[in-house]
Amino acid sequence: MSYIEIRNIFKIFGPDPEGALELARAGSDKDEILTKTGHTVGLHDVSLSIEQGETFVVMGLSGSGKSTLIRHLNRLIDPTAGSVSFGGEDILAMDIPALNAFRRKRLGMVFQRFGLLPHRNVMDNVAYGLEIQGTDRKSREAAASKWIERVGLAGYEAKFPDQLSGGMQQRVGLARALATDPEVLLMDEAFSALDPLIRSDMQDELMKLQAELHKTIVFITHDLDEALKLGDRIAILKDGKLVQVGRPEEIILHPADDYVQAFTRDVNRGRVLRARSVMQRLTPGSERSEDDSNAPVIRDDTRLEDIVSISLKTGQTISVMDRDDNRVGLIDRDQVISALSR
Amino acid sequence: MFPEQLNVPLGKWVNQFVDWLVINYGAAFEAFADSLLTVLVALEQVLRGAPWWVVLIAIAAITWHASKNWKLAVGLVIAMFAIGTLGLWDKAMQTLALMIVATSLSVIIGVPVGIAMAMSNRLRAIMLPVLDTMQTMPSFVYLIPALMLFGLGKVPAILATVIYAAPPVIRLTDLGIRLVDQEVLEASRSFGASRKQILFGVQLPLALPNIMAGINQTTMMSISMVVIASMIGARGLGEQVLMGIQRLDVGAGMEAGIAIVLLAVVFDRIGQAYGKRSQRSHAEDV
Repeated sequence: MSYIEIRNIFKIFGPDPEGALELARAGSDKDEILTKTGHTVGLHDVSLSIEQGETFVVMGLSGSGKSTLIRHLNRLIDPTAGSVSFGGEDILAMDIPALNAFRRKRLGMVFQRFGLLPHRNVMDNVAYGLEIQGTDRKSREAAASKWIERVGLAGYEAKFPDQLSGGMQQRVGLARALATDPEVLLMDEAFSALDPLIRSDMQDELMKLQAELHKTIVFITHDLDEALKLGDRIAILKDGKLVQVGRPEEIILHPADDYVQAFTRDVNRGRVLRARSVMQRLTPGSERSEDDSNAPVIRDDTRLEDIVSISLKTGQTISVMDRDDNRVGLIDRDQVISALSR
Repeated sequence: MFPEQLNVPLGKWVNQFVDWLVINYGAAFEAFADSLLTVLVALEQVLRGAPWWVVLIAIAAITWHASKNWKLAVGLVIAMFAIGTLGLWDKAMQTLALMIVATSLSVIIGVPVGIAMAMSNRLRAIMLPVLDTMQTMPSFVYLIPALMLFGLGKVPAILATVIYAAPPVIRLTDLGIRLVDQEVLEASRSFGASRKQILFGVQLPLALPNIMAGINQTTMMSISMVVIASMIGARGLGEQVLMGIQRLDVGAGMEAGIAIVLLAVVFDRIGQAYGKRSQRSHAEDV
């Protein structure tokens, strides 16, 4: 059983969701149900398993139900049918006090338009989660200061949100979510409102933090490049239905359908694909022993864009090593070119 | 002619209802009236008993506190001084006491009702026509039952003023809370804030500029009620206007009218300054 289990979630918006639920279960799609009953299908039979410590990205265009989905994880929205559990605990069975305790202790959320409290300064915003928990001022400000410094905002404690740039505001949002030391970080299009350069900075920052903190992160985005960069695994939603779940390379190399294929067309393959999915695999015993003493050697998780430059420089066949320094594959120049061009 | 058979004896019913109220609950109304009167009389004594220059200093201090603008403070002190030079100081203090009590009562009743309306769409649907009625019904109509329940004097005047002046603060409290950014509310909920923590930590502080605007309007409307309130025995500037009408003394009416306007200006500027302050409570930190 995975850490977060989402089982057969349906969410239907409208005055009589039960009636429309029957139709959805019988196989009608979003448009059909909308014209027949006037109800909007937010999520259609979505099941996901999210492991502890992974960065799980949910990708989809607007209206795909991705923001609805993430709100099921902390019950900002309740499903019409289905179940959600954390570590085997059914969160839909919680009453209000239990739910609030669960939200306080175990979850942190970051919002697209930041959701900062405009009447509180940076310090009080970051300390907000701890204040809700009832932590005394001194210890919550100590924790908040630590996170403010961590996200690079030391010296801005007394500023108010409207005095900060978008990127800085989102740093406050991130610090606020981390200050309660939650197990799970929910990020709803957290970087979508930022300029491209700032966005890229924030992505790097998040990856750096995650390398140390090993939180479980559920990240929502409409940007496939962002999904591929951040995600250990990616789920793609369309019209409330799950289209594909997989590692970034699986999505690129084996798109489940035309919809996913259309997304992946413009992706920078050099950045996503790694040596292990490009190389020609060596079967044990078939090792060639020709002058490989001075052939270039790379790790199996080297990105294709880095392989290109090595291949161009040397012109030789490259040996691919796994983590334990066993030679697992070979890449020649033709393979590099064909991997890029597909 | 409209057929007489279809007449509804609404007036008779209302009379019977008011009679029933007076007979059964007269004592309760009297007790309520007495406690309200105690507060009003005490306030009136303080304001009328205080030397005029103490009141002026108080006005200056409040204005400074609200606006940090000494020009405005001086201006409002001059306005109050002008009321004194018209020979209406004592009456203005009576009106002031009446207004303060009526406005406070409006806020005490209005803010919770506004909060409740913001929480419940059903209550809102019921309250909106009630508020419209409160504001459009000619005030004399509800002065009559107020008179029967409380007798002539200050208490029915205050109640009539509250009925007339409370709607803006109710409406703007409701509006202010409804206008709070949904994402901020979601953020607060996502951190596990209870309803009480959300109300006092997020919704009310963020609705404060609108609530302050509502209080300001409520104050202005209660000033405009003072003339009418004087017809049922409330003392003060309205009394002077009424006397002007009865004696066809244009000058006396004009003097009292100007005094009312000056008092309104003083209250409006102070109220607006507090409203602005609540909008940018951190402006000084920039």
